[in-house]
Amino acid sequence: MSDLQSPTNTTAEGTRTGGKAAEEAPTAATAGADQPTATPRRSLLPSSTLLRHLLVLLLAAVGAVVLLEITDPFTNSQLATLTYYAIAAGGLTVLTGMNGQISLGHGALMAVGAYTTALFLSADEPLPLPLILLAAIVTATAVGALVGVAAARLHGPYLAGATLALAVGLPGLAIYFHDVLGGEQGMRVRAPRAPEAFDSFISAVSGNSATNTKWLAYLGAICLLITYFLLANLIRSRIGRTWRAVRDQEVAAELAGINLGAWRVLAFVVSAAAAGLAGGVLALVVRLAAPSGFTLVLSLSLLTAIVIGGLGSLLGALLGSALLVFLPPFVTDLGAGWGLDNTEAAQLAPFVYGVVLIVAMIFAPAGFVGTLRMRWLTRRAKRAAAQPSRG
Amino acid sequence: MGPLAQPTPSAGSTAIDRTAAPDTDRAPSASLEMTGITVAFGGVVALSEVSLVVEPGQVHGLIGPNGAGKTTLFNVACGIVRPTAGEMTWRGRPLRRLKPHQLAGLGIARTLQGVGLFPGMTVLENVMIGAHRHARAGFGSALLALPRSDRDERELRARAMTALSDLGAQQHAGRYPGGLPYPVQKRVALARALVSAPDLLLLDEPASGLAEDEMHELGELIRTLAGRMSVLLVEHHMDLVMRVCDRITVLDSGRQIAAGTPAEVQADPAVTEAYLGDEVTAEEDAAGTTPTDGGRHHG
Repeated sequence: MSDLQSPTNTTAEGTRTGGKAAEEAPTAATAGADQPTATPRRSLLPSSTLLRHLLVLLLAAVGAVVLLEITDPFTNSQLATLTYYAIAAGGLTVLTGMNGQISLGHGALMAVGAYTTALFLSADEPLPLPLILLAAIVTATAVGALVGVAAARLHGPYLAGATLALAVGLPGLAIYFHDVLGGEQGMRVRAPRAPEAFDSFISAVSGNSATNTKWLAYLGAICLLITYFLLANLIRSRIGRTWRAVRDQEVAAELAGINLGAWRVLAFVVSAAAAGLAGGVLALVVRLAAPSGFTLVLSLSLLTAIVIGGLGSLLGALLGSALLVFLPPFVTDLGAGWGLDNTEAAQLAPFVYGVVLIVAMIFAPAGFVGTLRMRWLTRRAKRAAAQPSRG
Repeated sequence: MGPLAQPTPSAGSTAIDRTAAPDTDRAPSASLEMTGITVAFGGVVALSEVSLVVEPGQVHGLIGPNGAGKTTLFNVACGIVRPTAGEMTWRGRPLRRLKPHQLAGLGIARTLQGVGLFPGMTVLENVMIGAHRHARAGFGSALLALPRSDRDERELRARAMTALSDLGAQQHAGRYPGGLPYPVQKRVALARALVSAPDLLLLDEPASGLAEDEMHELGELIRTLAGRMSVLLVEHHMDLVMRVCDRITVLDSGRQIAAGTPAEVQADPAVTEAYLGDEVTAEEDAAGTTPTDGGRHHG
């Protein structure tokens, strides 16, 4: 029972660096996740979580439309790429940041969503798109539940290993069942055309031409906004708090009546659902579902995105994904501008990405959002300490 | 979905079903009986044939030198350790294959040695986790942020704030536990246990790390709690134990060597011997010397 004798030392996952740096703030690595679900905030925002989140959703939707209309078609397609990365990263950050489970298998879960979408779209009379994406979510959720049941019993490196096996093994199924799933070549995806209403919407808003690329970017943005809205609701609710309790202190959580295994599986399932939707959007945007699109690199990219952005924070996941999408071309352009030839410029991107990752680990171990949040908390604590204490 | 069905615990499982749901306002009536509990880890016998009854509304002390098996017995009561032999009943029903996460639903709360607070959560949230069994809103209403979920949160928050102010820790509600002094952390941990309105509270060394006056306060508090619930207390500080307990069970090397009221236990030569006259001073051999084996059955 040594783990009961000193429960403070049993927070097993190595992802957290522990106490002293974070006297007032929560533990460093997950600082982005740990915004209180309880304290009522003094602000002009409505007190109802639903209204508050709907307000943010509305603002974000307006922002997305503006962004998509003022940028060129190439950036539109980059933003479409961003949406599916961000959807998957959002789900992963809930799993890793809030619940303390690591997954290297989210690329594989995206593959499940992508292939499901591709299969449904290859029918002669495809179902409506929302239903197809829903099917992608359901399939990935089912796979996620299976993995989650196994994952609930594993910790840290063992969990990483098990999900790694998923990431490596699952895309292989596409090659094994090459008659149905297209083998190495993958499946072409016929993205459905934009509805009439979309054309008139675009011409009313900006007068731009409603291309198919634009339609897919909008589609991705809609999925992203809905996903983040739902995930934010969960994070701010009792569900998010319970996940964090399971992450922070297993024994104490269990004694409070929390069934650790069931809640871990729930986190994995939610996260898998997001990955499934991300896979569906990916299939539509890339117009292809092939094993080469779901390598281990994809899973690792998602993980780096949420770590750089700040574990457990949706905003962090979005920023991390943006970095993933926009940094490489930016650096390549920069390199070309400095007079490097094409190959050299292309090789600069992974180098700079690595440097950014290392710099982030050294100077902002809690990620962008987490670090900012810790700064803010520390400042608030200092101010509170400066005031004469009451009672 | 397990978590969605919370707080109705023990889905299809074996512990007591919820028909005897605890009504938090009534006088304590539930008693915990442990009979003939034996725990062996491989060849090592940690507990042998230990029996005790925590009567409703009583404070029951569990003492003994280091390694006596107190924490093991506690862990048996929590379902963390499964006894090799012996039986437990709670509210008159047998508890078999008890799992720790079912405790809260059964109306049993436990504090941990040390504090075991959640470092990534504010004090208020920590206590709200303790009120987990009172939460009503499920996954669906949380996902869609339905008003029902907000209402549920408000109720939990109010409940947690009450528990915190009962222990005089409400001013720390918005802080993170890492920055708080140890005695305050202990108070928060206690509030987290009490917020579930348990019928039985298992206190694992609540006084460790407390100063003299804080310990005195704690003693008073435990006595007030006894009006509302039963308390099983493991503690090293003899003066505290002697002051607050109604009955005491003494363990030594996994065996029960004495049981009875504080006065009886203090007068027991076996107890004095176990402690080598360390902390307990045996008073003059008064009339009621308790038998040394499972004395409570006789006394």
